[in-house]
Amino acid sequence: MIQVLAFYLFAALTIASAVLVITSRNPVHSVLWLIVAFFNAAGLMVLVGAEFIAMLLVIVYVGAVAVLFLFVVMMLDIDFASLRAGFVKNFPLGLLIALVLLAELIFGIGAYQAGRIELGTGTADQVPVMAESNIAAIGQLLYGQYLFLFESAGIILLVAMVGAIVLTLRDRKDSRPQNIGKQVRRRPQDATRNVKPEIGQGVQL
Amino acid sequence: MIGVEHYIVVSTILFVLGVLGIFLNRKNVIVILMAIELILLSVNIQLVAFSAFLGDLTGQIFAMFVLTVAAGEAAIGLAILVIYFRGRGTIAVDSVDRLKG
Repeated sequence: MIQVLAFYLFAALTIASAVLVITSRNPVHSVLWLIVAFFNAAGLMVLVGAEFIAMLLVIVYVGAVAVLFLFVVMMLDIDFASLRAGFVKNFPLGLLIALVLLAELIFGIGAYQAGRIELGTGTADQVPVMAESNIAAIGQLLYGQYLFLFESAGIILLVAMVGAIVLTLRDRKDSRPQNIGKQVRRRPQDATRNVKPEIGQGVQL
Repeated sequence: MIGVEHYIVVSTILFVLGVLGIFLNRKNVIVILMAIELILLSVNIQLVAFSAFLGDLTGQIFAMFVLTVAAGEAAIGLAILVIYFRGRGTIAVDSVDRLKG
């Protein structure tokens, strides 16, 4: 009973916050509603016993992606009112297309349920979920069978990081970077000199 | 009792909302990126639900890869957005097609 209640709570909040993401006037509010949507989706995933993915969702999306969005939204000085110009004009057509798409997908799911298509039974060497904790089973699979995919995911992240840095890096004209060659070429005898000032005369610089 | 169909319906609604978000906010590239995140989230819910109800963990592994690609896509997309804004002073995407460098 509590599971059903929790499912409907999480599902309703996910969908409601998704609606608010795409309709809210201020993109900062959109980002905050996106965070709510991700939290509730993580709740949905916890309900089916996928704790690790749920925690990953919270860490990666709320901790990294949403903060990146917030950073960009707040850093750029954008006139958001002018960007909503086509909103009302596009609304009927967009809603029509969305409803058609939704009807098609739900219809497909209904046909799938009615048609007695077997859900598939998995391969013979599949890892049983219940054998150990979720994270231990995922670790076994990730560092065993899917090791190369895991490493290529790491390379994808590396390329994304390098790409983002290369795209946004600019060398400003008025910046004064360190000139290492000049620093290394500098000798003590050029930089210092010994003087013997007369008493009461001070030092000529 | 909650079955896999409930999860499919929820993720379908999320997917359609993501597509609708792209339609509605055609000028605001930030909201378009957020709508893409919603679509990827719906795919993740679908993968995790099928994985749990099938008793096969492969779906959860692939949800992780989808998560990776989504994070990379958000980073690159926002970087492109920042340099576009720097050059043009606006992020209205309907003027991107000019290709004047």
